Amino acid sequence: MMMQKWRRSGDFIRFGRKSLTNLRSKEDSVSRSVSGFVNCCESKGKLFEPNAGNHNTELDHRCPGRNLGIMQQYKCFGSSSASQIQRNPLFSSLDSNDVSYFKEILGEKNVIEDEERLETANTDWMHKYKGSSKLMLLPKNTEEVSQVLNYCDSRRLAVVPQGGNTGLVGGSVPVFDEVIINVGLMNKVLAFDEVSGVLVCEAGCILENLANFLDTKGFVMPLDLGAKGSCHIGGNVSTNAGGLRLIRYGSLHGTVLGLEAVTANGNVLDMLGTLRKDNTGYDLKHLFIGSEGSLGIVTKVSILTQPKLASVNLAFIACKDYLSCQKILVEAKKNLGEILSAFEFLDNNSMDLVLNHLDGVRNPISSSENFYILIETTGSDETSDREKLEAFLLKSLEKRLVSDGVIAQDINQASSFWRIREGITEALQKAGAFYKYDLSLPVEEIYNIVNDLRGRLGDLANVMGYGHLGDGNLHLNISTVEYNDKILGLIEPYVYEWTSKHRGSISAEHGLGVMKANEILYSKSPETVALMASIKKLLDPKGILNPYKVLPQSFFSP
Amino acid sequence: MSHHRLIVRSQEKRKCFCFVLPYSFSFCHRTMKILVAVKRVVDYAVKIRVKPDKTGVDTQNVKMSMNPFCEIALEEALRIKEAGFAKEVVAVSIGPSQCVDTLRTGLAMGADRGIHVEANSSFLPLTIAKILRSLAEVENPGLIFLGKQAIDDDCNQTGQMVAALLGWPQATFASKVVLDNDKHVATVDREVDGGLETLSVDLPAVITTDLRLNQPRYATLPNIMKAKSKPIKKMTLEDLKVDIKSDIEIVEVTEPPKRKSGVIVSSVDELIDKLKNEAHVV
Ligand SMILES: Cc1cc2nc3c(=O)[nH]c(=O)nc-3n(C[C@H](O)[C@H](O)[C@H](O)COP(=O)(O)OP(=O)(O)OC[C@H]3O[C@@H](n4cnc5c(N)ncnc54)[C@H](O)[C@@H]3O)c2cc1C
Repeated sequence: MMMQKWRRSGDFIRFGRKSLTNLRSKEDSVSRSVSGFVNCCESKGKLFEPNAGNHNTELDHRCPGRNLGIMQQYKCFGSSSASQIQRNPLFSSLDSNDVSYFKEILGEKNVIEDEERLETANTDWMHKYKGSSKLMLLPKNTEEVSQVLNYCDSRRLAVVPQGGNTGLVGGSVPVFDEVIINVGLMNKVLAFDEVSGVLVCEAGCILENLANFLDTKGFVMPLDLGAKGSCHIGGNVSTNAGGLRLIRYGSLHGTVLGLEAVTANGNVLDMLGTLRKDNTGYDLKHLFIGSEGSLGIVTKVSILTQPKLASVNLAFIACKDYLSCQKILVEAKKNLGEILSAFEFLDNNSMDLVLNHLDGVRNPISSSENFYILIETTGSDETSDREKLEAFLLKSLEKRLVSDGVIAQDINQASSFWRIREGITEALQKAGAFYKYDLSLPVEEIYNIVNDLRGRLGDLANVMGYGHLGDGNLHLNISTVEYNDKILGLIEPYVYEWTSKHRGSISAEHGLGVMKANEILYSKSPETVALMASIKKLLDPKGILNPYKVLPQSFFSP
Repeated sequence: MSHHRLIVRSQEKRKCFCFVLPYSFSFCHRTMKILVAVKRVVDYAVKIRVKPDKTGVDTQNVKMSMNPFCEIALEEALRIKEAGFAKEVVAVSIGPSQCVDTLRTGLAMGADRGIHVEANSSFLPLTIAKILRSLAEVENPGLIFLGKQAIDDDCNQTGQMVAALLGWPQATFASKVVLDNDKHVATVDREVDGGLETLSVDLPAVITTDLRLNQPRYATLPNIMKAKSKPIKKMTLEDLKVDIKSDIEIVEVTEPPKRKSGVIVSSVDELIDKLKNEAHVV
């Protein structure tokens, strides 16, 4: 195995000698700097010797992107955390017997050792987090998942469940050498009931494929998000993904009617109900919705879908100030309530970013404005829905809540409006380095944090706010030329403290993953987290399922 | 301005209107009217489904929009008007009552008024061209803009037929249109196989628009509001005295054959074998 070591970027001093020793002695350890700048170097057989005296310059020379020399480096730009992640020494390392065993169960071709494929599976969508797993397993059915997990549990081999690998918090890739279990081959629709709209499918179905399947039946999925072409329904359930239609159809805690999951020891839990109402005992399926693969692997899902309605309208409007955005939201809920299906916002910085980095995008509004809102309605009557939307917008225009706006006249125009909103993440990636926060806040506070951060960061970075305004969910993004400890130090823990002070959530919909595992206490009480840890220990006593993620390691120390 | 009065009169008398206007008289561009035909079609982004009885395409509960080439035609007319070369842009749509929605879109983009020729069956190009000819005789426009084709039937015939019926010059597949105020000509670039062809046509003329001519504007809220008070005039085929008898009968509409999913071959030999024995191409 290639010698590998993680390093911090530039503040060994604050850790003192102890952490330095740790760094040297542990081959596989992630150390997270105070500023959260986590870098990983892969040096071929040569351990990097940090030099406390001049490490700053020395390390900077080796920063990714600046040096393409001998040292193969990669980086994880995690969150601020004073703790370190160390490879759990109790976990076994993979050996050839393990691989043979897996081949026996799954067949040669579903045991992946190919470097290129592993490279992709080890790296997250943002190219921020990267593990060093040497094995990916592709089970074809629940039985195989069960056998694999049972074996891993008995061998104490850590695993990471992976879906479409579109997660944004580093939850879907290994931290060290965890075995990747991807259920992508489990991609069959098992049943669809055209009366109730209940869809039962395997966890590896890609969201967009399900949507296309339903389209032929005249139904729609209750969730939609920018990653639909890659993400799996199992991944959506495991992250409790929110997305663009939550305002209309509610969260997956409401729409997922049942699921099948396999726990760490291979136990198959059949909770694949298709009933809307079922009050028999504890509703345990909810434990697997949003637990990010830390309690079990979801193998099947039953979900309530909705009839596809004939009329969809989309408006793209501009507002001078954030207060107007809020007022429009309140008014839209009142006046468009029964047809409102999305209410998204972005600020002008986000708009500029998209215009600058994505091809073929134009601002639908002729002169730029401070805020933009997308309002989508979905209903059954084209004429009356459109009249209602128009009347609402014209009233808002008269009241000067809206300064300008356009209504899509065809699907092509609607797609180009959505492209702006959905393209922000992609544009961020093209713009350089970015720090991403996904916060739930009281709607009236949402833009204050953006302004506060602009004040703190000044010219150092471009601060952008956008998101699911209708759900009180801000995507706060800070774009810089390159990752930089000073900037991160200004952002974290400030953002988390700010959110906590306003009783918000530091993860509205993306989850905690490895990025925010230690930050959970900003949003949950220690007692609550302790109970979560007990549940984790109960379902996964050896802690093999997605280790180092979701909950702070400190809750598991002996 | 006498020209303008002439129009009014001819509208009043349209039921007995049966002569071709002397179009050779000189146009005053500041008062020129542009007629734009806009067709309501199944939205470009909708997956087309053929009716089980093969009589046509399913339009039940399907999103309908303005034909994209017509949008471009309308946009061009509006630009010409905004540049001061025309006074009025009139959008016309022929079809069922919902065509009014398409006309509203046109009015919200900036057309001054709409004409809805009500018709409950769908027509082929020749009938549409005859209707447009009758309308041209009533409205007396200096220019008629149409999309080069409609994305539903892909006929690419209407513009040419209108020009022929009216005896006007035509410039089809326009990718650039320049009006000359004094000489009463339009200079039109058309995209042809070998490159660009530039035509000069005397007005009045028929121009059909290609994809690259312009990027149509969006319907803004202020314009949507204004559109609400713009008139849409309803006309019937009887009003226009058009004979709708068609020489063409649609026998059957079927879906194109489904593409079979591919297979991944494991060796060159296998590929050659499949090309020889299954695809029969080598
Ligand atoms: C462009 C873009 C837009 C996005 N928009 C949104 C948005 O609007 N709303 C939103 O909520 N998220 C959004 N996301 C984040 C992400 O797409 C969602 O979180 C998605 O649900 C993850 O699904 P996935 O299959 O890719 O899961 P992965 O990324 O593969 O995994 C995510 C987590 O779930 C676990 N997991 C995956 N599959 C299983 C399984 N079968 N059993 C157990 N655990 C499993 C993984 O271990 C990991 O912790 C977006 C991402 C991108 C790239």
